[in-house]
Amino acid sequence: MGAEQKFLVCWCACVCVCAQKRLWEGTEVGTNLADGASDNKVDHVHDTMQATDAPPSPPAKDQTQRFAFDERIWEATNVEINLVEDAPPIRDKEADEADHVLDTMQTQDFPPPSTAKDQFQEELVIKPLHSGDIYASFQFRTQWDTDFLEKHKFSHYRLFPKSLGQVISKFSVRELHISFTQGYWRTMQWGQPFLPSPPGAELWVWFQDTVTDVDLAWKELTNVLSGIFCASLNFIDSTNTVQPSASFKPLGVGNVTDQRFLRYAVLPREIVCTENLTPWKKLLPCGSKAGLAVLMKSEKLFHSSFHSQALHIRPVCKDWQCKSTSWELRQTLNVVFDLHTSGQGKREWSLFKMFSRTLTEACPLASSSKVYVDITDNPQGELFELSPATPLVSQAVVLGDGRTYSVYDLTDHATFGQTHSLNVLLRWRAAESGEMLRPLLHGERYVAGYGLQTGEIHTLVYNNHPYRAFPVLLLDTVPWYLRLYIHTLTVTSKGRDNKPSYIHYQPSKDRLQPHLLEMLIQLPPNSVTEVTVQFERALLKWTEYTPDPNHGFYVGSSVISALVPSVVAMDTNNTQERPLFSSFFPCKEESTYFMRIYTEPLLVNLPTPDFSMPYNVICLTCTVVAVGYGSLYNLLTRTFQVEEPSQGLAKRLANIIRRLRGVPLLT
Amino acid sequence: MGTAGVSASCINMASCSSLKILTLLSLFLSPTIVETNNIEAKAGQFFSSGHTNNWAVLVCTSRFWFNYRHVANTLSVYRSVKRLGIPDSHIVLMLADDMACNHRNPKPATVFSHKNMELNVYGDDVEVDYRGYEVTVENFLRVLTGRLPPSTPRSKRLLSDDRSNILIYLTGHGGNGFLKFQDSEEISNVELADAFEQMWTKRRYNELLFIIDTCQGASMYERFYSPNIMALASSQVGEDSLSHQPDLAIGVHLMDRYTFYLLEFLEDIHPSSTTNMKDLFKVCPKSQCVSTPGHRTDLFLRDPGSVLITDFFGSVRKVEITTDTINLTAPMVHLEDTRPVRELRTEIQTYMDQLPVAEIIHQKPKQKDWHPPDGFILGLWTLILLVFFKTYGIKHLKHIF
Repeated sequence: MGAEQKFLVCWCACVCVCAQKRLWEGTEVGTNLADGASDNKVDHVHDTMQATDAPPSPPAKDQTQRFAFDERIWEATNVEINLVEDAPPIRDKEADEADHVLDTMQTQDFPPPSTAKDQFQEELVIKPLHSGDIYASFQFRTQWDTDFLEKHKFSHYRLFPKSLGQVISKFSVRELHISFTQGYWRTMQWGQPFLPSPPGAELWVWFQDTVTDVDLAWKELTNVLSGIFCASLNFIDSTNTVQPSASFKPLGVGNVTDQRFLRYAVLPREIVCTENLTPWKKLLPCGSKAGLAVLMKSEKLFHSSFHSQALHIRPVCKDWQCKSTSWELRQTLNVVFDLHTSGQGKREWSLFKMFSRTLTEACPLASSSKVYVDITDNPQGELFELSPATPLVSQAVVLGDGRTYSVYDLTDHATFGQTHSLNVLLRWRAAESGEMLRPLLHGERYVAGYGLQTGEIHTLVYNNHPYRAFPVLLLDTVPWYLRLYIHTLTVTSKGRDNKPSYIHYQPSKDRLQPHLLEMLIQLPPNSVTEVTVQFERALLKWTEYTPDPNHGFYVGSSVISALVPSVVAMDTNNTQERPLFSSFFPCKEESTYFMRIYTEPLLVNLPTPDFSMPYNVICLTCTVVAVGYGSLYNLLTRTFQVEEPSQGLAKRLANIIRRLRGVPLLT
Repeated sequence: MGTAGVSASCINMASCSSLKILTLLSLFLSPTIVETNNIEAKAGQFFSSGHTNNWAVLVCTSRFWFNYRHVANTLSVYRSVKRLGIPDSHIVLMLADDMACNHRNPKPATVFSHKNMELNVYGDDVEVDYRGYEVTVENFLRVLTGRLPPSTPRSKRLLSDDRSNILIYLTGHGGNGFLKFQDSEEISNVELADAFEQMWTKRRYNELLFIIDTCQGASMYERFYSPNIMALASSQVGEDSLSHQPDLAIGVHLMDRYTFYLLEFLEDIHPSSTTNMKDLFKVCPKSQCVSTPGHRTDLFLRDPGSVLITDFFGSVRKVEITTDTINLTAPMVHLEDTRPVRELRTEIQTYMDQLPVAEIIHQKPKQKDWHPPDGFILGLWTLILLVFFKTYGIKHLKHIF
């Protein structure tokens, strides 16, 4: 076994080196992005974990096929960095790494790769933002070749969390996306996040087409998830659930989509705190004991401008042919730290400063564990200085733009150096970082109008591209207690009417379902498109008010899905290995990339009765005064007289006749 | 005997105390039978307290930032019971507001019980089961009586049985005979007493310890009538419960007096402590509390002096050790996967187009109501016209129009 592996690894290294040679003959890949030939490829550092990927059992023919393919897609490069003088020659480096892989495989007692069909990857991306904040994005991916939907099959869970596996099989889930976010992502200051999420909790689920009662399954699923994540997801009911007709297409593989099996809900009020993070961390194979997850101290993570944790389950391609699928669980955690203000104006950060911990090891169960630092704006090191220096550099196409990253491979012991700990430190040289490019797409929303009866929702969508128009799909969910006047809906851009090419509107039903408005709008280049719609505020029944009604009522974020023109060509091959942060949204065309952004949630005041005690006391005393004092006053001031009993009808008629006849009247 | 108890406590911390008590008792009663019935006595004392599992329902009923102290109260009890061994799955924690991640909290993700940020009772692995708007009188009573919707997850249920010792801790703003929930509704002492009676008839508890920290707290347990309930309150009827530990950095009072001293008392308890309920009654005398803490034991059948603190605040498992070898003769039969493997899908799967513009534009609006097919309607009209002309002919047309 050992010998076989060694042979395999060496052979693999050879193949890789060959691949590199071929590539180097073609282009000299530097850190310069403008090198046209390398633009359309995701060049990233070749990690030799390929060797663990390739099980030793399959026949050699398969192997060659696979490697031939790998050779095509990987384009593995080990870019030489000028910063490091004593970088070893490439061939040696490769061999070293290969040896190292061998070491890890021998020392850690993994089960044989043929039986374990699951793997786990972890990575942390750190991006210094132009505003001076630091964006840290954790991604953990567990992949498992299993079939949850065969309910009678006995499954032994290894890396995949059992609680989620059971949820998938019980409710026949096809895809599940859940996010908990505290704070609002400021696109204009921070650029685009790797994975967008709205403030509060968001849940959208695609069910398998075998589910007969989708609403029931959805209801039970939200209850179960509320238990798993300690969140109030059980507040998701028919009044805030919608079934979008065009948005939220499945992110995983699958050839059929019927929007009947989609459910989407947002709870904008949901608070996110340690109690949500605790169960989220428990789903990781290493928990918070080892690997990147040791950095997740809630006291630090929540002391931030933005905190978002998410979980995505979807089927993905098992191999490059994509004939069969495996399940992917992706756990992401995005934080923006405002170190500029807390650091007494010094622009300097380190892992220890951010998380009050340093890294000492990779998660032993992880097949890859990496830390990426974005150094795109700093090619020659004039802006900031990164220490310890790393020889590994990776390039990836993220959100339509080519980025360069310094990579720290935690599975390599050399990364930790003499101190056996890794504390990435970034010291700024320049006082100001350069101007940030304006994000191409940006959305805003607010409520206009005064008083407590009517109002107007304004949604602004910015297209900052100088010469290209692109389509966006806007999805608005408005609760029933804001009655939309849909005839007042206007869409204008550049002062002219912009007729949406597709409108789907589902009116609300009181206490049953919310408004759903979906519009496909073409955004002209360099423009602001404004969508306005008027509404009336409904009166609630007094038990329907929340305990703090004067706080106001939330309306969830609008969702803007767009196909944005990309600066560099996107990689349409969705099956190949890429860094996790650049491989979430599948890409179909080279010239555009898919992006989803969320606007601010709205806080709307509804006409609220005064529930306070003084008010009730006043009401009560007024009643007592009116009834008690009023009747007494009445008694005292009124004069009473004895009323003459009135005559009967018959007698009166008789008297009229008697008067006519001239005879005496009856008394 | 004492040494035996200590050595036993190496394996099982808690049995030590009950062992001592029982052996003492047996010494008094029948000193001669001790040796002969030693094993039976040992076996019997495992169940001397009568419970096999522990549960805790901890409720903070107050909303808004200035009620920080009520959340800290509840969390400090949570911290203690968790430290003494009740797992999160056996604790139903209800917090009416989020103080830890409140925007006014200068130190997010913390809730402090002591001044100068000394003790963070929120911890790093808290699990809150009911929070925010979920904390209502209805939900509280449903948790107690177990009448929850069928899809409620286990973590939100009180799955106790007739061998469970339950600790119920309430804190919030109250008055004579009621406790307010979220400033918008209240639970009365009669409702609470009836809920406990329902729990008793449903055999949902073995013994119940009720603690309440609120103004006029003693009024809340006056109406209890179900057996095996011991109750404590922070103040008598007509008294206010007072706050403690004002903190300048956080800007509010951190704790209430009674729970503050209760926490100090509980911090000294460890799983093998022999401290009993009599000691708990002495917590926070009037000199410290300003109010007079009250207790009620007439419904409780055991002597409070023999009831350990850990009977309610901890989950102490009784472990019996055997030296005999046990053979597991029937190993698990590995089930072979005999069912046919599903044939490999031949078609190539692809990722979906995330924004299929052309497809969206040409999406047909769905016909909601059923409509008869056009051909049918056309045929019907033809038939009607045919019958008309057959009957009247063309010449009668002028009579109609």
